[in-house]
Amino acid sequence: MSGAVSGGTAGAGAIRFRSLTLGYDRHPAVHHLDGIIAAGDLLAVVGPNGAGKSTLLKGIVGEIRPLDGTVEAGPRSGAVAYLPQAAEIDRSFPLSVLDLVAMGLWRPLGAWRSLTRQRARLIEALAAVGLTGFEDRPIGTLSGGQFQRALFARLILQDARIILLDEPFTGIDERTTGDLLALIRGWHREGRTVVAALHDLSQVRAHFPSTLVLARRPIAWGPTREVLTPSVLARALRLSEAWDEAAAICRHETHHEAHPTDGAGADGTHDHGHGDDHHDHHGHGHAHAHHGAVS
Amino acid sequence: MTLADLTDILVGPFVEFGFMRRALAGCLALSLSAPPLGVFLMLRRMSLMSEAMSHAILPGAAAGFLVAGLSLPAMTLGGLVAGLAVALAAGLVTRSTVLKEDASLAAFYLISLAGGVFLVSLRGSQVDLLHILFGTVLALDDDALTLLGGIASLTLVALALLYRPLVIECVDPLFLRTVSRAGGPVHSAFLALVVVNLVGGFQALGTLLAVGLMLLPAITARFWAADLSGLIPVAMLVSMLSSVTGLLVSYHAGIRLPTGPAIVLAAGALYLVSMVVGPRGGLIHRLVRRRHLEA
Repeated sequence: MSGAVSGGTAGAGAIRFRSLTLGYDRHPAVHHLDGIIAAGDLLAVVGPNGAGKSTLLKGIVGEIRPLDGTVEAGPRSGAVAYLPQAAEIDRSFPLSVLDLVAMGLWRPLGAWRSLTRQRARLIEALAAVGLTGFEDRPIGTLSGGQFQRALFARLILQDARIILLDEPFTGIDERTTGDLLALIRGWHREGRTVVAALHDLSQVRAHFPSTLVLARRPIAWGPTREVLTPSVLARALRLSEAWDEAAAICRHETHHEAHPTDGAGADGTHDHGHGDDHHDHHGHGHAHAHHGAVS
Repeated sequence: MTLADLTDILVGPFVEFGFMRRALAGCLALSLSAPPLGVFLMLRRMSLMSEAMSHAILPGAAAGFLVAGLSLPAMTLGGLVAGLAVALAAGLVTRSTVLKEDASLAAFYLISLAGGVFLVSLRGSQVDLLHILFGTVLALDDDALTLLGGIASLTLVALALLYRPLVIECVDPLFLRTVSRAGGPVHSAFLALVVVNLVGGFQALGTLLAVGLMLLPAITARFWAADLSGLIPVAMLVSMLSSVTGLLVSYHAGIRLPTGPAIVLAAGALYLVSMVVGPRGGLIHRLVRRRHLEA
């Protein structure tokens, strides 16, 4: 799965960024991100609040449109399953847990095909997340942890090549987190690409082979043990703060095609930190200051 | 009072008078189509939206009235055009600007309502306005009955087709966006159904009754049923019961009691009773606390 994806398009399960800039009101939250998340990678995205982690995941799933650059996630965007940070789910809606989980079958079933023959699959998915016997409970009666388990059951049924998780364990107790991490490792073994925005660095070290440290632009990207160093984290913290109302227009040229094999290596065989090197000459506390440097 | 007396009171008016039978048929048709829409409106916290929409269709109906006088096709067509235009414009503004749906809808319906009042005042008297507001339940002609029957059929078929994506759109719109592009069209189609039902009820029964039969039964059903498979039939039943009660009360009342308001008042009375005695979160069930279970 390495090398082969470095050509024109991202292969199945891989996610390719080309000078991807995402943001709000023209202010970038993710700035000129290049590289490939290899198919089958289990990647943690870490960084301080406001570093652009959620924005990056929203960009991949197509929830926000890039200000600049492109993101390619597999052959079809439909191959992506996404668990947002604060789900917009209306939990007061009178819906059973089974019906919530059944949404995961939208792709094969669509609006009209029958659900009745799928009941066994739904029960199985609920069992996999430890919610056996909960199928007829209204979603409003679940605790936070139980609800997150139900959403993971829905992810199982979506059967996606790429799974994006935005801070999936915020406010979730240790036991549930452990169970859900086991599910994630299972997805990794099945060759799915999993990208999770996370805060708990010990969790990242223990379970995620590769890590992207983000502070609007990529600070470091590679094998977790090489990337999660104190100096990298300190830089990430320093660089993520500024929202400059009067920021100048970015004149960053998109000349990243010079690295055709970048990011193609999987499992830490090579360093993804090119974005880091690239920005080094102007990376001192003000991410917008480089317009003069490049042009 | 003997059984014969009771039959006389309950069935007699419908056996004796054609106009009562027509009114009953029209109201029962509306009772099949409007309450399910009301259930979805209530669950999406859009209850007041139907009230706004009922105002939005006024200028269209008034324009039809100006052109063709009290003509059902002209006023229906005008109302449909105005209502759909407001619904679509509000949806467009919601999707492409910062405004939320309620705010953009409020803006458009106020513009529309003011325009409608202006148009009505150009020609026509207070009597005409009252006619538009309270309808003419007791003077349903064949055209009006056909219209109501057609609308009821259309609504039930469309709801069956839209049901699954509509529920997902209510519960988790973000999820629907990530798996399908159906969300926008489904929402528009739902709003269109609301408009069609309001317009149908509008000429035949008046705006007050159209909105009343859409919302009051749905809200009442909330006190009796826990999920959609219960809410929708209960709402229909409440609506039918209100129609029959309202028609009979207005027929038997010594004073001249307009039929439209009588039906809405019957629905209102059922709501008040349900609020007190309803088993799902009604007042008495809240006050009389039964001992909690062990687990």
